Amino acid sequence: MAEDGDTHEKKFAVTIRRPAGPPRVDTGLTDLQGNRVTVACSTCHSTRKPDFENKSPADLKEFHSELKFSHGNVSCLSCHNDKNYDSLKLADGRQIEFTEVMTLCAQCHGPQKVAYDHGAHGGMAGHWDLTRGERIRNNCVDCHQAHAPQFPLMRPTFKPKDRFLEPSRTDH
Amino acid sequence: MNADELPPKQKGSGAGLLPILNQPGSRRTAMKAAGVALGLTAFGKAISPLWSIPENVSVDEFLQQHYKELSDDDKKKIFARLESETKEELGVDVTISDPPPIPGVHFGYAINLSKCNGNGKCMEACNKENNHDRGTDQSYIRVLEMSKGSMDMEEGNTTYDHTVPQDDKFYMPVQCQQCDNPPCVTVCPVEATWKEADGIVVVDYNWCIGCRYCEAACPYHARRFNWQAPEIPPQEVNPNQGYLSNRIRPQGTMEKCHFCLHRTREGRLPACLEACPTGARVFGDLNDPDSDINWVLKNKRVYVLKEELGTRPSFFYFFDS
Repeated sequence: MAEDGDTHEKKFAVTIRRPAGPPRVDTGLTDLQGNRVTVACSTCHSTRKPDFENKSPADLKEFHSELKFSHGNVSCLSCHNDKNYDSLKLADGRQIEFTEVMTLCAQCHGPQKVAYDHGAHGGMAGHWDLTRGERIRNNCVDCHQAHAPQFPLMRPTFKPKDRFLEPSRTDH
Repeated sequence: MNADELPPKQKGSGAGLLPILNQPGSRRTAMKAAGVALGLTAFGKAISPLWSIPENVSVDEFLQQHYKELSDDDKKKIFARLESETKEELGVDVTISDPPPIPGVHFGYAINLSKCNGNGKCMEACNKENNHDRGTDQSYIRVLEMSKGSMDMEEGNTTYDHTVPQDDKFYMPVQCQQCDNPPCVTVCPVEATWKEADGIVVVDYNWCIGCRYCEAACPYHARRFNWQAPEIPPQEVNPNQGYLSNRIRPQGTMEKCHFCLHRTREGRLPACLEACPTGARVFGDLNDPDSDINWVLKNKRVYVLKEELGTRPSFFYFFDS
């Protein structure tokens, strides 16, 4: 009996995709094998003191100044962790890893997170019925660029050619 | 009074007999006989197609019964025949099956119109998944560009060709609404289309006579007619095929969105949902109180298309705020 109950209740996992980890910054240099040289954020930021006066890339004189930024009134150090640049930070100052970015976003975007938790926000693939198979879900930064999160404009590329697509032939 | 002067009807033998049996051969009876002969000839001519099987239809196909009357054995033979026909014509190995409705499940689908931006990836995914004709880029979905403030789908435009979304527009994909009171099913003269237990309205492509009544009856313009057999490059044929869903349709039959039943009855999500880059689509079981679709129905501003017609769709549209 118990076993039957268990098999009935058994559900496959819902896997939320995660960012690979802290980003790597392209230095613009190539090594002897021709590969691009990338560095961790902390490579530079461990030797530079954080400046809370800098609110956006436009305030920066070197590095990151070309970064397109359009994300409300938040400043760089609202999300980036001044104590450890290879991680992020929550509003209460606690450290949070890049892989856990959804918790960070959810601090401000509550309604979206609630809808996400009920499958009504964010793309997915796999199974609607978790007793039959798993489901894979996007995380926030799969679709939204963190520094300019508005969903980009798109150009439709596919148009069925049926009679509803023809312009009307008469003016009546 | 002379007997010769009597009116003709009183002439002849036995007054008890019906006059018609008693009449000598006349012009009228000759006309009747000719009429019967002519009528029989015309009738024979009219049903003559039934005496011979059309060239493009095999004997087995011609004698095939309605889907609901097929035994498991019949189905096995028919699916094997269709698979070998595809192999012969396109050189592609496909598998045809007919997954039954999952007991207790009633499918529902909802689209978030605050999210949909009209990019049309759903139409493209439908075209590929369902083995639609590539020349016309057929699809079960039409994305309508609508003026904000209007809910009249007849005013929607499908021919827009610019970056989306436009500020003064919203975008509404329309496909089969899987009505609980489907007008398309009512009008079918041969019962080639019907509603299954999980809410999906299906078509038996081999039983359909192509009269297109259902196309005229559908208020959502959701049905499509195969003016010609779909042409698909062999390498693009989706080999996972359902008898009542995405198998390659014959010419002259109606077809429609079937919620990807060859996927969804195996627990998978529909192809158009997986393809949507905006995450606007929500699919699930209306009978499960904890399903995503039911959360949407309980918590969002939801409307159904042409509600006043009483079609009771299993398809819903909603907004974020």
